[in-house]
Amino acid sequence: MSKESTLDRAPVRGSVPPDRAPLANQPKWRQDFPIDWDRDDYVSRRELVKFVVLTSAAFAVGQVWIAVKGLFRRDAKLPAAQVATVDELEVGDAKTFTYPEGSTPRLLVKTGPDSFVAYDQQCTHLQCPVVPAVSEGKLHCPCHNGWFDLATGQPLAGPPRRRLPRVLLEVREAAVYATGVEDSAS
Amino acid sequence: MPVPSELEFFIDPGRCIGCQSCIQACAECDTHKGQSMIQLDYVDRGRSTQTLPVICMHCDSPTCAEVCPADAIKRTEDGVVQSARKPRCIACNNCVLACPFGVPKMNTKMNLMMKCDMCYDRSSVGLKPMCASVCPSQALAFGTREEMARLRPRAKPVNTFQFGAQTIRTKVNVMVPNDAAQEHIDVTAAMHEPTIGHEVLDDVFDTQVEA
Repeated sequence: MSKESTLDRAPVRGSVPPDRAPLANQPKWRQDFPIDWDRDDYVSRRELVKFVVLTSAAFAVGQVWIAVKGLFRRDAKLPAAQVATVDELEVGDAKTFTYPEGSTPRLLVKTGPDSFVAYDQQCTHLQCPVVPAVSEGKLHCPCHNGWFDLATGQPLAGPPRRRLPRVLLEVREAAVYATGVEDSAS
Repeated sequence: MPVPSELEFFIDPGRCIGCQSCIQACAECDTHKGQSMIQLDYVDRGRSTQTLPVICMHCDSPTCAEVCPADAIKRTEDGVVQSARKPRCIACNNCVLACPFGVPKMNTKMNLMMKCDMCYDRSSVGLKPMCASVCPSQALAFGTREEMARLRPRAKPVNTFQFGAQTIRTKVNVMVPNDAAQEHIDVTAAMHEPTIGHEVLDDVFDTQVEA
């Protein structure tokens, strides 16, 4: 026997069934319980710990990043824009507007002869439009029965936990101007 | 990291001097927790000094893994059959009984089967397994085939074994004399020969000539 005939016996990649038949001819259970490490679904403790630690670290870094980003945020000063005239609405009436242009709908409510409040119309729970309930001094979200204080926009009842973003208003010469937006970051 | 494919294990029983260095060194390995995984077989103790270190042959069709009911024994991509996974092993002893080479060892205290894994922490980074690094006669050798061909010109590596009707190819090679007729080693061929009083030396010096 020549020496060369044994030299090509490199170790086989992948395990071989005892009858040495191809995998396609093997029963299904053999594919379900592979002997090869990389075809097995085994997750070692070390792999799990590595995954958990790295994922947690990614979340932690993300939080820090958000905090740092918030520190350096500069709100651009929005230009004032007229959204209504004082006489346009009766006390207790409301209208929607956008401010700045292209924003989500804002809700303007006339609470007294000269007083207005304006909030973002999207509920802070799941973005349903809120409707004014001026006689009760509240804003109501009918989707999940959420209530907000009309005077401050703070949540009063129901699922929402954050206040509605408030649109700052100014009344000048019988016209209502929006001058800025207070986000509900808190 | 897999064991480099060019590095292979070679067992040369003819070179074994029975010094037990491999057994001691094996216990130093980190992958099996202070336990020695090597068995030193005395071929015919009454008449011969011939010994034979038994390490895992790392079969391509590992019988230990085939019989494992808990799916605990796995073979890595480089062909190394690993010790049973601790969370899966149920200490049933099937592998210990089934292995044709008698390699797996049951640790009843730990309820875990451990076996020779070619010192995976060492060999996977290109180091020699513990036993091969200490063997004074290099009966256990770890290196490339070219190295072996150069150092042992009168022997050739064989890694095909016959167990009755089953053929197994192993990652570990056994060195046999160049002029041996067999292309494989028939493990069960001598099963019915008497084990006690077997004239080993006569065998080596007489029957080999005829073959």
